[in-house]
Formats: sequence, C-alpha cells, structure tokens
Amino acid sequence: MILGDVMKVLEAEPLSRGVDLNVDLQTAFAADLMSDVLALARPGTLMITGLTNIQIMRTASVVDTPAVVFVRGKRPPRETIDLAEKLGIPSIITSKTMFEACGLLYQAGIKPISRVDR
Amino acid sequence: MKLLSQQEPFVIQREVKPLDFLAAGETASDFKETLKSLGISPDICRKASIVTYEAEMNAVIHGGGGVIALELAGDRITIVARDEGPGIENVSLAMQEGYTTAPDSIRELGFGAGMGLPNIKKYSDDLEIETELGKGTILRAVILLDNSREEVKSPCPTA
Repeated sequence: MILGDVMKVLEAEPLSRGVDLNVDLQTAFAADLMSDVLALARPGTLMITGLTNIQIMRTASVVDTPAVVFVRGKRPPRETIDLAEKLGIPSIITSKTMFEACGLLYQAGIKPISRVDR
Repeated sequence: MKLLSQQEPFVIQREVKPLDFLAAGETASDFKETLKSLGISPDICRKASIVTYEAEMNAVIHGGGGVIALELAGDRITIVARDEGPGIENVSLAMQEGYTTAPDSIRELGFGAGMGLPNIKKYSDDLEIETELGKGTILRAVILLDNSREEVKSPCPTA
C-alpha cells in the first residue's frame, strides 16, 4: 500500500505541500514512546503516533521510517514540520484516534512488525 | 582512494547541551550521515545512530550535557559518551527496562520510560559504563562492522 492509500483510508491530510504519496508501506508500528520505536521498529515501517514534538522526526530518521502518521488531529509545531521537510520524511495528519487509525490500516492490509530482536 | 586502517582511526565528536530538546538528536543524525558517507552498511548505520541517540538523550536529560564521540577503527565503531553529571547510582537497576529517574516533562517527549540504556545494550555488541557519583559517566558502546563490508572510504576532504 502506498502513503496516498493510507491517506484515503484515514481521511488524512498531508503535513506540508510536496509530500511524496508514493512511498510504499507494508508494516506499521504505533507508539507514543519513542524509546519503544527505537527498540522495535524495523526499517521501512510506517510510524503512527500521537506525539508531535521534534523528537518524533529525529526518531523516524534514526530508525529509517519512510513516513509518519499523526493521530488525534494534532498539528505538529513548526520545528517538527521543518525537520520533516528537511529529512524528506512524508507525514500526514488524521483526526482519528490511534486505535481507530490502527484498526482501519490493519483492515486495509497493513501488517504489524514481527518481534525479532535487532 | 585512501582507506582507513587500524593505525588511522577516524574520530569525530560533538558537544551536547543540557536540556536542549530542540537540538537533541542532531548528533545521532550527524553520525548516521557521516557513517553512510563512509560506505558503512545501512543496518550498521542505523544501530550506531540509535545508540548515539539514546546516549545523547541521556546526556541531555541526566548528564548536564556532555560530549559524544564516534570512533571508527579496524572492525568496529565505538560510540563514547562522556558527561560530568551526577553519575548513575545503580547501574544494574538503570540497565533494567522500565527503571527511570527522568521527570514527567521528559515523558511528554516520548522518552524517560527507562528504555535508554537497555536500548543501547540491545543495539551494541559490547557496552561499558564507568560512572562515579558526583563526577560523571563515561559510556562506551561498540558496534562491530559487517564481515561482508566493502572497503571503508576515507571521508571526503571537502565534506
């Protein structure tokens, strides 16, 4: 599934203009704890989060996350948007809650990551 | 093209400022880009970057800032984080997942849940922590390079 499809499923909007909606996504990981993302997310995994601070983009970059979904309609502050653009990490916002966003994406065929160490 | 050898370690270091949450993570990004430009495999770059990021957050949150170094020599990358903070009272407790002394304000950022040192251990091949109460902490995390790795390029002089 590409990010454009994810956007339709979640009725989401892009964080900024020029977001690449053709990024291919097979798996997703949802968390508000960035240390859990660092511990468990695999490269190529879509990140779903309710936090909006700049560390979200730092974390996404460090673990090679191809795209980020912000849930609960929270618009990230300017510095987060700027860093997303600088790092080239396409990001979208949905008003859905994390539970609903995850449920919809699961139903649409996005898979969870399997817990393998490292 | 010049190659890095054991006699010629590559070292860069960055200062980390205390409680600067806007800049926290810059060192991890910086080291990752540097390693990538040296031709290190994406998986190793990622491990080194995660280790650096967690060490950086520790220095920012607990250490009163510090200095983080990336050393590349022979078959390994070593991330060395030094701070002159309060030290770690009980290292084995700090190594347990979920044990934390971080304030709530840090948890709002998605950190401070007692996963920092366990994550560093998880992504390192070797980890040493020297700490003294009231003096500070030195963390050394080793990440072994792939055996299958291609030659490591020397850094571009114009970079």
